[in-house]
Amino acid sequence: MARGPGPEGQDLLRFITCGGVDDGKSTLIGRLLFDSRQIFEDQLAAVDADSKTAGSRDGARDLALLVDGLQAEREQGITIDVAYRFFSTGGRRFIVADTPGHEQYTRNMATGASTADLAVILVDARKGVLTQTRRHSFIAALLGVRRMVLAVNKMDLAGWDETVFKTAAAAYRDFAGGLGVDDVTCIPVSALTGANVFEAGAETPWYRGPTLIDALETADVSTDIARRPFRMPVQWVNRPGPDFRGYSGAIATGVLRPGDAVVACPSGRRTTVARIVTFDGDLPAAVAGQSVTVVLADEIDIARGDILADARNPPDSTDQFAGHLLWMHDEPLLPERQYLLKIGAARATAQVTDLRYKINVNTMEHIASRTLELNEVACCNFALDRPIAFDPYAEARETGGFILIDRFTNATVGAGTIDFGLRRAANLARHEMALDKALRARQKSQRPCVLWFTGLSGSGKSATANLVEGKLAALGRHSYLLDGDNVRHGLNRDLGFKDVDRVENIRRVAEVSRLFVDAGLIVLASFISPFRDERRMARELVEDGEFIEIFVDAPLEVCERRDPKGLYRKARAGEIENFTGIDSDYEPPENAEIVLKTAEHSAEALADRVIAHLKDGGYL
Amino acid sequence: MPDTPHPTHLDRLEAESIHIMREAAAECRRPAMLYSVGKDSSVMLHLARKAFHPSPPPFPLVHIDTTWKFPEMYAFRDRTAAETGMELIVHVNRDGLAREIGPFTHGPALHTDVMKTQALRQALDLHGFDAAFGGARRDEEASRAKERVFSFRTAAHGWDPRNQRPELWRVYNTRVNEGESIRVFPLSNWTELDVWQYIQLEDIPVAPLYFAARRPVVERGGALIVRADDRMPLRDGEEPTMRMVRFRTLGCYPLTGAVESEADTLPAIVRETLLARTSERRGRAIDRGEAGAMERKKREGYF
Repeated sequence: MARGPGPEGQDLLRFITCGGVDDGKSTLIGRLLFDSRQIFEDQLAAVDADSKTAGSRDGARDLALLVDGLQAEREQGITIDVAYRFFSTGGRRFIVADTPGHEQYTRNMATGASTADLAVILVDARKGVLTQTRRHSFIAALLGVRRMVLAVNKMDLAGWDETVFKTAAAAYRDFAGGLGVDDVTCIPVSALTGANVFEAGAETPWYRGPTLIDALETADVSTDIARRPFRMPVQWVNRPGPDFRGYSGAIATGVLRPGDAVVACPSGRRTTVARIVTFDGDLPAAVAGQSVTVVLADEIDIARGDILADARNPPDSTDQFAGHLLWMHDEPLLPERQYLLKIGAARATAQVTDLRYKINVNTMEHIASRTLELNEVACCNFALDRPIAFDPYAEARETGGFILIDRFTNATVGAGTIDFGLRRAANLARHEMALDKALRARQKSQRPCVLWFTGLSGSGKSATANLVEGKLAALGRHSYLLDGDNVRHGLNRDLGFKDVDRVENIRRVAEVSRLFVDAGLIVLASFISPFRDERRMARELVEDGEFIEIFVDAPLEVCERRDPKGLYRKARAGEIENFTGIDSDYEPPENAEIVLKTAEHSAEALADRVIAHLKDGGYL
Repeated sequence: MPDTPHPTHLDRLEAESIHIMREAAAECRRPAMLYSVGKDSSVMLHLARKAFHPSPPPFPLVHIDTTWKFPEMYAFRDRTAAETGMELIVHVNRDGLAREIGPFTHGPALHTDVMKTQALRQALDLHGFDAAFGGARRDEEASRAKERVFSFRTAAHGWDPRNQRPELWRVYNTRVNEGESIRVFPLSNWTELDVWQYIQLEDIPVAPLYFAARRPVVERGGALIVRADDRMPLRDGEEPTMRMVRFRTLGCYPLTGAVESEADTLPAIVRETLLARTSERRGRAIDRGEAGAMERKKREGYF
């Protein structure tokens, strides 16, 4: 398919523009579109008409109205979401992502930055480098933008003063250097008059550098993605019938040829490439950016989400990694909560195991924190429920960038970049691993244990246990509640309330708890369990630290007054025998891990105490 | 190693669109392709065949029929479905039909709302599609420039432009809860010129209305309306005249203006597109009228 030669990756520049409120960003893009003659007559007529009603220039043509496409944006005169615009000059095609400046819409700025080769950062000449300039640059650099153009705008309002420009440029170079960005071009412009946008401004004879369009046309956007090791995330298994099995995907990095040795990651299975299939015929070679279907020499088991990689130079596989995370949702990140992670075509369940520090995006300071709020950035450790193959983001965006999705609302809540794996998941040559308690627990991202609620009838055991279980579920934890209701009617249907039956009742419950702990669950056992010996027996069935005795303590009078099931009344009337507290003893715990005084605190507060205990003890 | 391929601009656009389609097909439960019979649909369908080759595209085509398309469009649609062997679902808003809703009797806005927007919502609900491919491009219109590639819709098919899911790299969030859906736009980053150059290069069949020919034209409100049948009442003094015209965009014939043109071959159309001084949607009656008309329609479930 001949389409004429294109210079290698140099014929297209994707860039973002960012700037603060009123820095003139939309006007600048309008100017770029207008001066590159991308505006049709009817569009210009519409802008002229809008300028009279919605414009900010007393009815004169407001080029910003070309780009702010949402009604709310035009009404408020701000940019809310990223807009993609296309223009071209003799030298290049451009896709410009016009991104919002408000901190509130940082996530939309990140959306634009994630695919950009270059960022045009606008500042108002009269204000110079501001906090938001730093934030925009930091977010752009975090997402891998390595080339910055500082457009010092509104020079017309700053008297075309060279000193003003030089001060802003020096301050910015200084700051960008700290971000590891050293490809910086600074240009004095006026979006309003067009000076130094397409044409050199007669008003700035002291400036001998490139115009903005020169800088955009000549910026070096060559990448090494074609020279990096081959990677292709498998999107879709193509199987039209028994005679054909191919793996469809877009090549992320490198070059692929028939005969190449490849490995499927993270499974580690190896084979060679038989064919590279496309609708237009088989290819002798395919390169990063192309979408192809690969047929392999051997039938090996590969699924969507695997990465097909250069066998000599495969990516790391890991289920734990360190990375940076930008939080993009109103509801804060909770380290104990589980999120869905998507990277390439792969998915996993992910949890932040260690929020190492938060980065103040305005000052770059590191701050300790337990949670992450909207538009905040942190350096975190992550744990996954299964290994994924990846490259560090700094080496390859495509195989190193991920999003986090809320499992209930399906909102995209975070965007992250993988820095490095914390340990190899020992998967390249995977051994048959016997399932054990530790593995099952890890799958559930929790330390299993037994929460043993003991106390008089009516003390509030079940109410508290129910609340605790609800909170565990909300945190995405796996639990099971055992109580008289679900045990007495089945498993222990044959037991009465004599002492011997009470002992056997507890023995069986303790054994079931042990099995559930082995399965990786957090077990909530809610039983009067009046005797110390039986509780000790239950404790000894599980490992040290896995048994948490919770004494639900309420005075007998209080319990009797509550009498939720009317049992005390019946016991007092002699209708029930061996009722704990009336005619049978209750032996209070001597060393309970937790004591809950239900007469003094709300059930909600007590449930929170149990959750806090679990967190502090590293169970969650 | 020699012979490393160098993908061109169109190669990259093609590869990106294919990636988007595969992602939707792999992750969505029941996708469908909205097929409007226009040039963008032709390109989208061509890309779908490439994306899944040698398998057929794993989804049906859905045509929302307002019953007011050009006869040539219906013929082209049926021929395309037959030649590609793809399942074609045609949906008409029966209720609107029973009420005889039409652009002349009820005005363009109501007609479009009932026969197009409501009909589309009906079709998606009826078949339980959780993802629908559309041929919209970001260069067409200001509110489309703001739209994601995977654009989330509520269970009521609403679009909330102020609260779109962030969409980084090409990691698309395809997840929806019951009743919610995603509109997928594989041609987001294509321009009108890209579309025509690609059609020329790949020799993709498009409806004959895109090529200049002598057609019966009535000039109305500055637009050149081709009177496709006699459902269009003529006003006093109006007399269709045969003029050499073509279409840059296709829709309901009473609402889509033609342009005067001699371009009757693909190279001539590409040349004309390169030199165009007005936008492609200028001829669409329905997009004008009020500021933000497209955004409002999109919020209500229009494509």
